[in-house]
Amino acid sequence: MAKVIEGLYYSESHEYVRVEDGFGYIGITDYAQHALGNVVYVDMPETDDEVTAGEEFGAVESVKAASDLNSPVSGTVTEINEALEDSPEMINQDAFANWIIKVEMSDTSELDNLMDAKAYEEFCKEQE
Amino acid sequence: MENKRTCLYDRHVAQGALISPFGGFDMPIQYTDIKDEHNAVRTACGVFDVSHMGEVIVRGTDAERYVNHIFTNDVTNLPTGKILYGMMLYEDGGTVDDLLVYKMGKNDFFLVINAANIDKDWEWMQRQANGFNIDMHNMSDAYGQIAVQGPQAESVTEQVLGLPCAEMAFYTCKVITSSSDVIISRTGYTGEDGFEIYGSHDTIRTLWDKLMDSGRCKPCGLGCRDTLRFEVGLPLYGDELSAEISPLMAGLGIFCKLDKPEFIGREALLKQKSEGVTRKIVGIELTDKAIPRHGYAVLKEGEKIGEVTTGYHTISTDKSVCMALIDAKHAALGTPVEIQIRKKTFPGTVVKKRFYDKHYKK
Repeated sequence: MAKVIEGLYYSESHEYVRVEDGFGYIGITDYAQHALGNVVYVDMPETDDEVTAGEEFGAVESVKAASDLNSPVSGTVTEINEALEDSPEMINQDAFANWIIKVEMSDTSELDNLMDAKAYEEFCKEQE
Repeated sequence: MENKRTCLYDRHVAQGALISPFGGFDMPIQYTDIKDEHNAVRTACGVFDVSHMGEVIVRGTDAERYVNHIFTNDVTNLPTGKILYGMMLYEDGGTVDDLLVYKMGKNDFFLVINAANIDKDWEWMQRQANGFNIDMHNMSDAYGQIAVQGPQAESVTEQVLGLPCAEMAFYTCKVITSSSDVIISRTGYTGEDGFEIYGSHDTIRTLWDKLMDSGRCKPCGLGCRDTLRFEVGLPLYGDELSAEISPLMAGLGIFCKLDKPEFIGREALLKQKSEGVTRKIVGIELTDKAIPRHGYAVLKEGEKIGEVTTGYHTISTDKSVCMALIDAKHAALGTPVEIQIRKKTFPGTVVKKRFYDKHYKK
């Protein structure tokens, strides 16, 4: 059973946002990394790029397929997780610890459109 | 339309395989981990359910003449037990399918075709049969097939399945009659040594169970079958061969015997050969880790010159590489090109389309 963490915000396309010091740390969920299999490449935006809620900002690639990353919130990328460039498999090891981008959110009310841990867990069950 | 299931489907489900549609069948894509399955075949032994493949039997006094008519390779006086790879072509040189032809005996051929093409091939083959004294049967639903592949395939096949095969040469076949008949051939689609075994559904289920019980052979899904064949530059119909892609464009001219007096598509290939093909399948290696996928655009100085046919970050060599169909004028080895991957373009170089060396035994 895929892991879900309390206190994070979840999207229907299986990204999460962890809010810390006013920044949003965005990554893919444990459910998503399971579904993808071995992650071999993460296509990330660059620092200072703008991201928009619901729009694609990169991709996570497994051996077989590329899966788009959609941003759960809007804002400006202040940091990318450069460690993933050389070790994309860290996402498989711990998807929640290995966020992909750090975003300065332009509209924190967008978080209200996302699911909490309980709702996301239910959502994943429905996908089975 | 409902997908078909192979005779081993229930076993795949019981083993927890990830099942996806392929070629009109619900097939196991991976059991546990595509990399582990891939590496098992490269270093030890893996077994694939390839029962989805189609089988057609051609017999009769005109069988050899008929096969030579529809097949690019030359079966004239082919010894019994020999196998040839080649293609069936349309008049314009486009590819109907690529296939193996087994010579089972005088006037007796066994043709192995791609699952996704069974209906199309069978219909086309029947249309070419006028004027030939042959008896032709589509046996695709009757045969199951497994592929035992890897450096330990020979010992596993002999010791676990009890099928003597050590003396068999590459691309040969024989019938083994015991409690039930099997056709065994030293062939495969992985670049490793190995065997493909055809039999009734019951026989194939029995062989599969023996392999699983032995613990000497990893069950492998079609996911790694594709990464394995890709690394050694083998084509997949639908990617590197199609109605629009002739064998000459795909670099498979060696399997087209243009010195044969006649076969369907020969005139078109002769023309392509004398005039030169306009597009070619090449290998491309990227400098970055980004992965080129089927359908992505190949560019030269910003202008589109072709499309990726298959691409991976290879498991055996840790490189981002692809095969692509591009304008022949840019196909020379060493040519710098770019590939459009989502919003960015990535630099690459035209290279040989064999990314990993084959390890055939015999």
